[in-house]
Amino acid sequence: MALDQLLITRKFGAGAQDEMILNVGPQHPSTHGVINFIVHADGEVIYRAVPEVGYLHRSLEKIGEIVTWTGYMPFTDRVDYIAAMFANEGWALAVEKLLGVEAPARAQYLRAISCELNRIGSHLISIGTMAMDVGATTPFPYALREREAINDLIEALCGARLTFNYHRIGGVAYDLPPGWADRCTAFLNHFDLVLSEWDRLISGNEIYLQRLAGLATVSAEMAIDYGLVGPNLRGSGVEFDLRKAHPYGAYRDFDFEVPIGRAYAGAKRGAKVGDCYDRFYVRVLECRESLKIVRQALAKLPPGEVMAKVPKRIKPPPGEVMVRVESARGEMGWYVVSDGGERAYRVRERTGSFLAMGIVEELSKGLMIADLIALIASLDVVAPEIDR
Amino acid sequence: MSHAALALKFGEAIGPLVAGSKDPHFTVRADAWLGVCEHLKGTLGFDFLQDLTATDHPKEGKLKLVAHFYGYGHRTMLAAKVELPRIGATVASLANVWRAAEWMEREAFDMFGIVFEGHPDLRRVLLPDDWVGHPLRKDYVEAGGYREISNERDNPLDQYLELDRKVRAVMDSAVKAAE
Repeated sequence: MALDQLLITRKFGAGAQDEMILNVGPQHPSTHGVINFIVHADGEVIYRAVPEVGYLHRSLEKIGEIVTWTGYMPFTDRVDYIAAMFANEGWALAVEKLLGVEAPARAQYLRAISCELNRIGSHLISIGTMAMDVGATTPFPYALREREAINDLIEALCGARLTFNYHRIGGVAYDLPPGWADRCTAFLNHFDLVLSEWDRLISGNEIYLQRLAGLATVSAEMAIDYGLVGPNLRGSGVEFDLRKAHPYGAYRDFDFEVPIGRAYAGAKRGAKVGDCYDRFYVRVLECRESLKIVRQALAKLPPGEVMAKVPKRIKPPPGEVMVRVESARGEMGWYVVSDGGERAYRVRERTGSFLAMGIVEELSKGLMIADLIALIASLDVVAPEIDR
Repeated sequence: MSHAALALKFGEAIGPLVAGSKDPHFTVRADAWLGVCEHLKGTLGFDFLQDLTATDHPKEGKLKLVAHFYGYGHRTMLAAKVELPRIGATVASLANVWRAAEWMEREAFDMFGIVFEGHPDLRRVLLPDDWVGHPLRKDYVEAGGYREISNERDNPLDQYLELDRKVRAVMDSAVKAAE
């Protein structure tokens, strides 16, 4: 036996005859950021793919112990740069809970509007790149075009297109600029048509449906056990959304549905609840629900202040809170401990992408290499949110 | 309610409910940790390990492992802590109870140096394997660099300050010459 074969057998057991080790990443266009997958494969079939993460670790949790409570807000933008509004909101809600203050009603509505617009923007990236990763390059620019319009709206609101720093402890930074509500309504009316176009463009595409139906199915029990959250969890048929189950902020005032996976690709194509297509289509449906929420929020927007009376130098009383917000990537948990000082004693961000990485090794067993790319895309992981 | 049920079953291993600090939590004795968690998942319906992390308390000489549980059936949260010594912190792994624990325990090991007994693959997750120290401990001191990559670099503004000085010197001498 040749030496390398001997080493492989010793390491992976006698069954591993022609095992090839392939690095997918860390700089690979379809890994959605800097992640490395060490793929153990025999030809095209994967024995297992082991994710190696940490390339984008910026020690945000440690920075939270170093800067002041208010000073940490711009850093939260960097937790997940595609959907930065949710980390803003989570941090603001956590510190508000420690302080015992509540944002004024108008600020809570503005938070909901900004977050839902951001959710649509984030889902557009997700569904666009997913189509691109399985070979349909056309839809991605269509998705980006709409995301640009959303970025323009958010830029008019807070001055930034990616790292917003919009929410404040006790409210939001700015009220709506003049004419913004009309601009936003015009976009919402336009986006209704875009979603129908999107269904014609890619969601109903026969090749796309067959490609993803029944691929990398996650059962509801498995999704819960591995700690999947958000659209990945709902794609597996678990009807759970923090905005509905434990409403925070303005969400108890809105009427919307929680879409869940129902084997949308069709039984004749071999679809199962919780396959890649379900995770994809749940995001498309969620865009519609976000539209509904923004419409209702604009219609009901209460008058008044956008900031509560919060002192400039914040010193929350000692205590600890766990605040959960429904981010575009699912539940984002903020465990914040205060010792009564000017800085947090401990900041912990529990993110959906980190836990979604944990399931890849199990799901990858027996997949083809091209299917691994579809799987990663369907989980909608964002590398900075994994590494923080 | 869940706390009362646990206290009834496990007796002294379950500490009192600390409710005065915003979100209530209680302490579990380290040797009962695995049993309590199996009971939480199996009998009390906490099927989702929402979070597992730690906090460092050098003044008390303790590391506190913090776990948040959630049940999708009854939709309630529960927070439990295990106090561990800062030197030689070891506790049973939950990876066989919730698969989600596998990655979160790797992170707690990486950042706090807590060793989880019975973990299938306990190695660093975010930092490189040859990193020294556990950064989220309060007494962590940065090494000077990592693999010949220094933590420090020259301030890029220094070049401009130097340029400033040169320009000023030239102008000063020009003014002097004119005088």
